[in-house]
Amino acid sequence: MPTTNEQIRTTAKKLLEEKTVDCVIGYKKGTVPMREQPFFAYTPEQADELIWSGFCTNNLANFLIGRKDKVAVIAQGCVSRNIVGLIQEKQIRRDQVYIIGLHSPGMLDHWKIQARFPNKRIDQVVEEDDQILVKGPGLEEQVPRKDVRRDNCLTCVQRNPVIYDQLIGEPGQETGGGNIDKVAAPWEQLSSDERWQKFEQSFKDCIRCYACRDACPLCYCNECFVDESHPQWCGKTQEEADVFTFHILRAFHCAGRCTDCGACESACPVGIKMRRLTSKIEKDIRDMYGYQAGMDMEATPPLSVYQPNDPEDFMLK
Amino acid sequence: MKNLLEYIGLEPGRLHFSWISSAEAGRFQAKATEVVEAVRAQGPAKRLIKDIRPDWLKADAA
Repeated sequence: MPTTNEQIRTTAKKLLEEKTVDCVIGYKKGTVPMREQPFFAYTPEQADELIWSGFCTNNLANFLIGRKDKVAVIAQGCVSRNIVGLIQEKQIRRDQVYIIGLHSPGMLDHWKIQARFPNKRIDQVVEEDDQILVKGPGLEEQVPRKDVRRDNCLTCVQRNPVIYDQLIGEPGQETGGGNIDKVAAPWEQLSSDERWQKFEQSFKDCIRCYACRDACPLCYCNECFVDESHPQWCGKTQEEADVFTFHILRAFHCAGRCTDCGACESACPVGIKMRRLTSKIEKDIRDMYGYQAGMDMEATPPLSVYQPNDPEDFMLK
Repeated sequence: MKNLLEYIGLEPGRLHFSWISSAEAGRFQAKATEVVEAVRAQGPAKRLIKDIRPDWLKADAA
């Protein structure tokens, strides 16, 4: 039984040799431990660098946007949902993408792993079935995989890809085991004052590097609202009001499109939990429109249509 | 948008939406008065505001 890595490489080589595609987008080993990086293989030789691990947290759908050539892409559940979204939003054509589907085991959170070994250097993480082996100088310890999964992977509802041209391995369990309704929108039950406190605490450390935006497959505007200066929608400073405005608007632009892939949180260099905002919107969209982004190519995204019977209960009458 | 802003802790009653045609001057005036009164009742905004006064002016106000 070939390993998943071998299967990915064989598949990629075949696609490149037969010129079915011009490029295979996957992951390769990162330059630091616990961070794999996106990788573009243009030749069969380069395909040998492709890997699959629990740290493949970048959303590869992001790299399909605006491509003119034919590309193959490695896609687990959330990535395939984002590909559906991009096809619906006409950022890429279905016949341009060859989707190599994979079941996601639930990706790992490098913050959570590091937090278990404070002040220790981690050089390597070896993944076994339900355990991971963390190695470093004077350190070799097993940790249950489920304890260090990313938050969004715990409440995943679609681990198998929704669309694919070829599936590597077997389809697996569909959900992450957590109940999204129990953890989404964590501040809903709080008073207005408490919410503001939580919001301030959660976002005050932002350094505005925009990694969350750049990692997000929904953020493909040629010019982002934060970069526009005529008009200037959002101030450029580190003042709280400017930082908060950026995060509120970034989250809102994802309304009805976010697949909860968690790429934003994984990309953040200071560990901000953007999902505290996006999960609220995602929950509202589910409650109000009964819609989950990217699950069905034929479904109409709720914010792209108008219905005369919209309750509009937020409007002044 | 309203749900989201109130979720992050903007006070309920500070944000209002309405639909007014450019031909509805009377309605515009009525809604504007209504909104101004509602917001005035909330008092000065403390959240999501940027104070660009220099420090010595802030100290004066405090």
